[in-house]
Amino acid sequence: MSSFFPQEVPLSWYLLLSAALFSLGVLGFLIKRNLITVFMSIELMLNAVNLSFVTFAHQWHAVKGQIFVFFVMMVAAAEAAVGLAIIIAVFRARATLAVDRIDLMKL
Amino acid sequence: MNTPLHLWLIPLLPFVGFLFNGLFGRGLPKWMVTTVALLAPLAAFGLVLNAALGLFGIGPARGSLPYAETCPIPWINIGTLNVDFSFVLDQLSLVMLLVVTGVGFLIHIYSVGYMALDKGYARYFSYLNLFLFFMTTLVLAGNALLMFIGWEGVGLASYLLIGFWFQKNSAAEAGKKAFIVNRIGDFGFLIGMFLLLANFGTLTFGEIATKLAANPGWTGGVLTVIALCLLLGAAGKSAQLPLYIWLPDAMEGPTPVSALIHAATMVTAGVYMIARTHVLFDHSPVALSVVATVGAATALFAATIGLVQTDIKRVLAYSTISQLGYMFLGCGVAAYSAAIFHLMTHAFFKALLFLAAGSVIHAVGGEQNLLKMGGLWKKLPVTFAMTTVGVLAIAGFYPFAGFYSKDAILYAAFQQGNSGKVLWFVGLLTALLTSFYMFRLWYLAFLGKPRSESGSHHPTPWSMLVPIVILALLSISGGWIGIERFAAFLAPAAGARAFVPDSSRLELNLSIVTVAVALVGWFVADLLYRQKPTRPAQLAAAVPAGYKLLANKYYVDEIYGVTVVKPLMAISTYILGWFVDKAILGGGAWLLGGIATFAGALLQRWQSGNIRSYAAWLAAGAAALLLFFTVPALLGSLGIDIHWAGF
Repeated sequence: MSSFFPQEVPLSWYLLLSAALFSLGVLGFLIKRNLITVFMSIELMLNAVNLSFVTFAHQWHAVKGQIFVFFVMMVAAAEAAVGLAIIIAVFRARATLAVDRIDLMKL
Repeated sequence: MNTPLHLWLIPLLPFVGFLFNGLFGRGLPKWMVTTVALLAPLAAFGLVLNAALGLFGIGPARGSLPYAETCPIPWINIGTLNVDFSFVLDQLSLVMLLVVTGVGFLIHIYSVGYMALDKGYARYFSYLNLFLFFMTTLVLAGNALLMFIGWEGVGLASYLLIGFWFQKNSAAEAGKKAFIVNRIGDFGFLIGMFLLLANFGTLTFGEIATKLAANPGWTGGVLTVIALCLLLGAAGKSAQLPLYIWLPDAMEGPTPVSALIHAATMVTAGVYMIARTHVLFDHSPVALSVVATVGAATALFAATIGLVQTDIKRVLAYSTISQLGYMFLGCGVAAYSAAIFHLMTHAFFKALLFLAAGSVIHAVGGEQNLLKMGGLWKKLPVTFAMTTVGVLAIAGFYPFAGFYSKDAILYAAFQQGNSGKVLWFVGLLTALLTSFYMFRLWYLAFLGKPRSESGSHHPTPWSMLVPIVILALLSISGGWIGIERFAAFLAPAAGARAFVPDSSRLELNLSIVTVAVALVGWFVADLLYRQKPTRPAQLAAAVPAGYKLLANKYYVDEIYGVTVVKPLMAISTYILGWFVDKAILGGGAWLLGGIATFAGALLQRWQSGNIRSYAAWLAAGAAALLLFFTVPALLGSLGIDIHWAGF
C-alpha cells in the first residue's frame, strides 16, 4: 500500500489539479451562456490559482503564498457580493441572464 | 507749489462713471444713471476749471505750468527705458481739457434729452463716459505711450458709439470701417514711437524737447521720418487725406456722438498730437510742408464734396474734415497756436451745428435728407436762431468765433513766402466753399416752404436747448480773446510763433478779403437756393460729369475698394484662406483625423459588445503568452535551440 502511494503527494499533482481546475474555469467562462455559471467559472479559476499558491507556499516554506490566498479570498468574497448584485440588477432590467444578449455596449 | 491738483482724478471720474453705468446701469432707475453720467464729466470739468482759475490768479494759487504728476507705481522700467503713468498739465493740455470736458459736459446734458427714449440709455452713457476717460488721458499724457493708450481708447469708444445701433447693418459696418482705417494711422503712430525710442531713448515729451533744444542743428533725416509717421497717425485720427473716408460714415452714430467725438474732440486729437510733438516738426521743414499740403488739400477736397451732399449730417461731416484740414494747414505753417485756436472755436460752433442738426432730426422724426426739409424756422425758432449763429461762425463772419481763428490761420499761411501764398489761396477758396455749403444747408433746412409733410413733430426738450444756447454763446464770443493773447498764452507749450499786431494793416486787409469771400458764398447760396430754387438742378444737369463726381465723393470709396480692399480680400480668400488655411492647415488636420478615423473603423470590429468574445480574446492572449515562454523551454529539452527576436 505504501509502495503504490508515495509518502507525500508530489508537487506536480497539486499543480496538475490546479491547471485542470483553471482550464475548466476558462472553458466554462467561454462556453456557458448563463451569467451565473460564468460567474461561478470565475470563482473556479480563482480557487485554482489559490491551490497553486498554497502548493508553492508549502513547497518553498514561504508564508507569502498563503497570505496571497487570503487576499484572493477576500477579493473573491467582495466580488461575489458585487457580482451577484449586478446579476440581480441585470435580471430585473432585461429579464434574461443569457450572456450573449447582454450587449448594450455594442456599437 | 501749493495744493496738488490731483490731475489723475480728471480721467478717473469718467471711468468710474463708465464702470458704474456699464455694470449696473441696466437695472437701475433712469434718474440714477443720468445723475452718475452727468456728475462724472461735471466733476472733471470742475477740476480743470479749478486748475485754470488758480492759474489765472483767481482763487488760491495752484502752482505754475507745466505741472506734472507721476503715478508712484512704475509702469515700464527696463534698463534706461522709463515709461511712467505721468500726467502733465501745461497751457496746451489746459485749453484742450477745457474744451473736452466743457463741451463734453454740454453734450452729455444734450444726450439726456436726445437719447431719452432709447433702450440702450445706460449703455450709451457708459460709452460716453468711457470716451471722456480716454480722451482726458490722451490730453494729459506726459509721454507718447500713455497718449497712445488714450489714442486707442478713444478709437474704441468711437467704434462702440458709431455702432451704437448695431442692429442696423450700416452702423455696424461704419464702426468697423472707422476702426480699421484708424488702425492704419495707428500703425504710423506706433512706428513713429519706436523711432523716437531708438533715437531719443525716451518717450517723454519734455525730454524729447530738451534733447532737441540741445541740438538746434539737428534737422531732417530721421526726424522727418518720425514726423511723417506721426502725421500718418494724426491723419487717421483727424480724418485727413488719404484716411478721411471713415468720418462721413461715422455719422451712423447718434447725433450727440457725432458732435462730441466726430466733430469737437476726438477728431482733433491728431491736431493736438502734432502740437504736442511740434518740436519734432519744427526740426523738419519737409514734414511741415507735408502737413500743410495735406491740410490744405483735405480742406479743399472735403469742401467740394460737401457742396452737393443731401444728408444734413454728412454735410457737417465733410465740413468737419475740411475744418480739420484748416487746422493741419495751421500746424503746417508752424502756427500751432492758431491751429489750437481754430480747434477750440471749431469745437464750439461745430458741436453747436451738430446739436442743432440733431434737434432738427429729432423734431422731424428721424429725417436727415435736406431736400425733404425746408421751412423749419417756424417750427423750430430757437434751433433756427442758434444754427444761424453756427453758420455765421463757421463761415467766418465778424465778430463770430470762426472769423478770428480762420483768419489767424490764413494770415499765418500768407506770411510763409510763395508756397504760403498758394496755401492761403487754397484756404480762401475753401472759405468760399464753406460759406456756400453752410448757407445751402441753412436755406434748405430752415427757409423756403416745407418740401414734405413731417407727420410727427416733437417739441425740443430744454435739456437739448440749453447746451445749444450755451454753445451758441461760445460760438459768438469764443474768438474775442484774440489770437495775439491766445498765442502768447500758449507760447510756452505750443511754439513761440508770435502773433504781433500788424502795423502794415496786412492782417486787416486779409481778413476783409476772407469776410468778402464768405459774403460771396452766402450770396451764391442765396441765389441758388432762395431766389431760384430750380437753378441747382439745372446746374447739376449742365455739368453732369462734375456733379456726379462730387455726388459720388470723387469715387474714393470705390477706388479704395478696387485698389486696397479687393486685393486684400483676394489675398485673404485665396492665398491665406484657401491655400494656407484650407489646404495646409485644414488638410493637415484632416489627414491626422482621417488616419485616426480609419484606424478606429478597423478596430471597431473588435468591440462586438459580446462578453464571451472578449473573454476568448483574453484567453487567446494568455495562451499566446504561455506558449511564448514555454515553447523555447520545451523545444530546448528536445535539443532544438530557438530564440524569439529580441529575447
